[in-house]
Amino acid sequence: MSADHTPILEIENLDVTFTGGAKPVRAVAGVSLSLCRGETIALLGESGSGKSVTLRSILRLHPERRTRMSGRIAVVGTDIMTLKGGALSAFRGKTVSMIFQEPALALDPVYTVGTQIVEALRKHDSLTKPAARKRALELFERVRIPSAERRLDAYPHEMSGGMRQRAMIALALACQPQILLADEPTTALDATVQVQILLLLRELQRELGLSVIFVTHDIGVAVEVADRVAVMYAGRIVEIGPVREVIRSPRHPYTIGLLSTRAHGGRLSGKRLPAIAGSPPDLAHLPLGCAFQPRCALAVAACGAAVPDPVPLRPGHLARCFRTDATAREEGPDASTVD
Amino acid sequence: MLMSRPVAEGPGQAPGLASGQAMSEIVRSPGYWATVWRRVLRDPVAVGAALVILAIVLIAILAPYIAPQDPYKGMTLRRLRPPGTEGFPLGTDELGRDMLSRLIFGARLSLFMGVTPVILALFLGSAIGIAAGYAGGWVNSILMRTIDVFFAFPSVLLAIALSGALGAGVLNGLISLTVVFIPPIARVAESVTTSVRSRDYVEAARASGAGPLTIVRVQVLGNVMGPIFVYGMSLVAVSMILASGLSFLGLGVKPPEPEWGLMLNTLRTAIYTQPLLCALPGVMIFVTSISFNMLTDGLRSAMDIKA
Amino acid sequence: MSDTAAIGVRPLADTAALHHPRGGEGSDPGRNHSDPAPLNPGPLLEAQGLVKHFPLKGGLIRSPGAVRAVDAVSFSLYPGEILGIVGESGCGKSTTARLLMNLIVPTAGTVRFDGRIAGSRELPLRAFRRQVQMVFQDSYASLNPRLTVEESIAFAPTVHGMASDEAVRRARSLLDRVGLEPARFAGRYPHELSGGQRQRVNIARALALQPRVLILDEAVSALDKSIEAQVLNLLLDLKDELGLSYIFISHDLEVVRFVATRVLVMYLGRIAEVGPTEALYTGSRHPYTTALLRSMLSMDPDRRTESAPVAGDPPNPINPPSGCRFHTRCAFAEGVCSAVDPALAPVETGHAAACHMAIASSGHSKADARAA
Repeated sequence: MSADHTPILEIENLDVTFTGGAKPVRAVAGVSLSLCRGETIALLGESGSGKSVTLRSILRLHPERRTRMSGRIAVVGTDIMTLKGGALSAFRGKTVSMIFQEPALALDPVYTVGTQIVEALRKHDSLTKPAARKRALELFERVRIPSAERRLDAYPHEMSGGMRQRAMIALALACQPQILLADEPTTALDATVQVQILLLLRELQRELGLSVIFVTHDIGVAVEVADRVAVMYAGRIVEIGPVREVIRSPRHPYTIGLLSTRAHGGRLSGKRLPAIAGSPPDLAHLPLGCAFQPRCALAVAACGAAVPDPVPLRPGHLARCFRTDATAREEGPDASTVD
Repeated sequence: MLMSRPVAEGPGQAPGLASGQAMSEIVRSPGYWATVWRRVLRDPVAVGAALVILAIVLIAILAPYIAPQDPYKGMTLRRLRPPGTEGFPLGTDELGRDMLSRLIFGARLSLFMGVTPVILALFLGSAIGIAAGYAGGWVNSILMRTIDVFFAFPSVLLAIALSGALGAGVLNGLISLTVVFIPPIARVAESVTTSVRSRDYVEAARASGAGPLTIVRVQVLGNVMGPIFVYGMSLVAVSMILASGLSFLGLGVKPPEPEWGLMLNTLRTAIYTQPLLCALPGVMIFVTSISFNMLTDGLRSAMDIKA
Repeated sequence: MSDTAAIGVRPLADTAALHHPRGGEGSDPGRNHSDPAPLNPGPLLEAQGLVKHFPLKGGLIRSPGAVRAVDAVSFSLYPGEILGIVGESGCGKSTTARLLMNLIVPTAGTVRFDGRIAGSRELPLRAFRRQVQMVFQDSYASLNPRLTVEESIAFAPTVHGMASDEAVRRARSLLDRVGLEPARFAGRYPHELSGGQRQRVNIARALALQPRVLILDEAVSALDKSIEAQVLNLLLDLKDELGLSYIFISHDLEVVRFVATRVLVMYLGRIAEVGPTEALYTGSRHPYTTALLRSMLSMDPDRRTESAPVAGDPPNPINPPSGCRFHTRCAFAEGVCSAVDPALAPVETGHAAACHMAIASSGHSKADARAA
């Protein structure tokens, strides 16, 4: 998993606002991120944090009419915000590919999975049918689908959840993309299957040298797959850093709160969980200043006045917080500072 | 949809409720129908259609006061005068009766024949459909397969067959149209009820020990009447056209009653000499049906409140 | 199939022999819930041999078989405890919850409350419903979109004869108890509330009849982690305040470890293992439980999971494997495992596993001579 340090994907100041409803909703605000070759970044956050929206912006999947996007997203040097039509379709699937939470939504129910992979291969790589089928078989074997030859001719509904997820991964990898975007692909899976899929993704990433952005709400998933973690809240990245650092020494009060709500084995049995007070913000009515301020035990007057800039803490570890002096400690998730 | 300000959800934040206090201070949200009403008012097409229908209803009610002439009195000498004739703004029909007055009075019967069968069918069809949908199992099968038998006939043919069997006349026309509309309404009612019945809140209501009638009354009805009603409304246009068709064929309304469909029939022969005259009753049918349809569409999207 | 008396743990220990009173005290609506000491040490809620097969449609020539969702499941819930039920999809935990509530009629088996069979003359269903209530997973689908919050909560008491203004008063006081200000929330509709708030309403609704048992079917699974913690704390507070007992169904093993006093693991419609939480988590005796526990994701970036504890997907309950249902995925499977279905065998006090390795005379090479 050694990453070389040339950024293969750079997001600069991404802003995404949805104008479809009664009030415009600013789903993503000022997100900047760079992904190096061979690296895996986890976007960690709860619902409404903007993590999925960020991901989908990379592939420009939002409906044009109801979305206002600004900022720059450069993939292997090209600014994809300017791509249109044919160039956009060529980019999707070939350079950057995506896997979703619900494989049933990504796989067409009326075609066999083999046919779908072959179609993708023939469109992007212009292979002949037999060559494409051979490659599809190889892909199935690579994602460890047992009896691969037979399964190529199966329909999505004939496969179990884990199998469908593997088929979707095979489809996503068919055209040898350089970047893989994963939108909560294991959330809907059972625990024993989730572990298998995560290990498979880790292995594939190593073998193929993929660069991955992995969206999840589960800290465990981030720990298992990521080199770096970016924690998102109300459309902004509030903390980013190497996974060891963010998990062991979180510096943003939200990250600290999130980590301490994990039940930590049996140690807390009989007592109460340290919980973050309040509820996630309404993206149509964000407060001025730091969006986490209403729920933060460390908030001061300055927090309500302006959105904090990212504060560099250690190499590669930044947090958007005015109170990072108060959050420095050796052990992260044990002590609860917010209640 | 979240509250407009972040809510402190932590436990222990509100002290015990003082008795007597806060009974009157409860924030009440507008109910479902109030919200639907407000949404409809923001839809110009639906409001326009509603105004047109209102106008036609008013014309029907005030017919004796606004019609310039007696719709039954005609003089063969002045038959088939074109619109714009002195004293007869929309011309005269084949028996010399004033078209304008006949169209105005025709609104009464046409609207009546359009709306009444649907209202009756809504009551009967909903009862059957909701019962079948909630009961499920063999009760559902028996009821719905019986309904399907009627459904197998095209509505026009069924209406004609029933009217033919019962004889002409407004009442018989009404009965046959009601019977024609019961099956589709029952079907819609059954399907909506079946989907509501499997929702968790109905299970929760069953888990609280409530009996089926209570559950249907409190939990189910409020959720199914909306879609059923809107579907019924879309049938008004069909009912008007079917009634007109029946009158056209000599069933249903009998001459000399003014009714738009009947007028289309009797003016048929004049189509080569006075085409504009013949079109007039058709225009009225068209305007009324399309207004009902547009209102239905507007209601349907207003009722689709996504959380 | 299993002897519940042998495997039960009675946390409020009273060594007197089990006895089941036949009195009617369980159904008194005015009962005071603040008394935590049990009046009898026997199980509060008991499932005995519950079976549910859903017949499959179709097949003119041969009978198409059935989905064997729950197959002879027996367990007990003791007063004051929280019994966690865990398992993956197809294991039958949700079906079991609905069987316990009598929302689905069992193909076989009975449910007893305080020793009396639910639905019998001694305990008619209506009275049983006042004792056992359920909170569902989907907070939005559990609330009638056309009723206000207080109307939803007040519904159950009015059904049981309470006057409507008194029911509304109770609804408001329950809202207060679950942390929602009545003045702000009583007149609102479900779609105006967030997921966590709705789930609090569902809890208030479940408590409206003052039950003694709450079945929480994945009640916090759909909530964000930060909200989940709040709702879990609320549930624990309510349990202490009102003297409730919970059945907590979840797929999240960490949450179950925090919340439950005893845990029951289900696989393909059968119980694989049952026992006190820590004993099960630190010393599991069924290979499936071990695999499930090892599937919990690591929280230490330096000690990531290196290999998947078990391969393949959970199989289909339509045609479960012969013998022990887990044998097709089990690393320790031997001949006897595909031939004979193991019964739940005690391994320690209060801890039992349905595995041939735990039965001394099963013929499995690893079977212990040390059976409890």
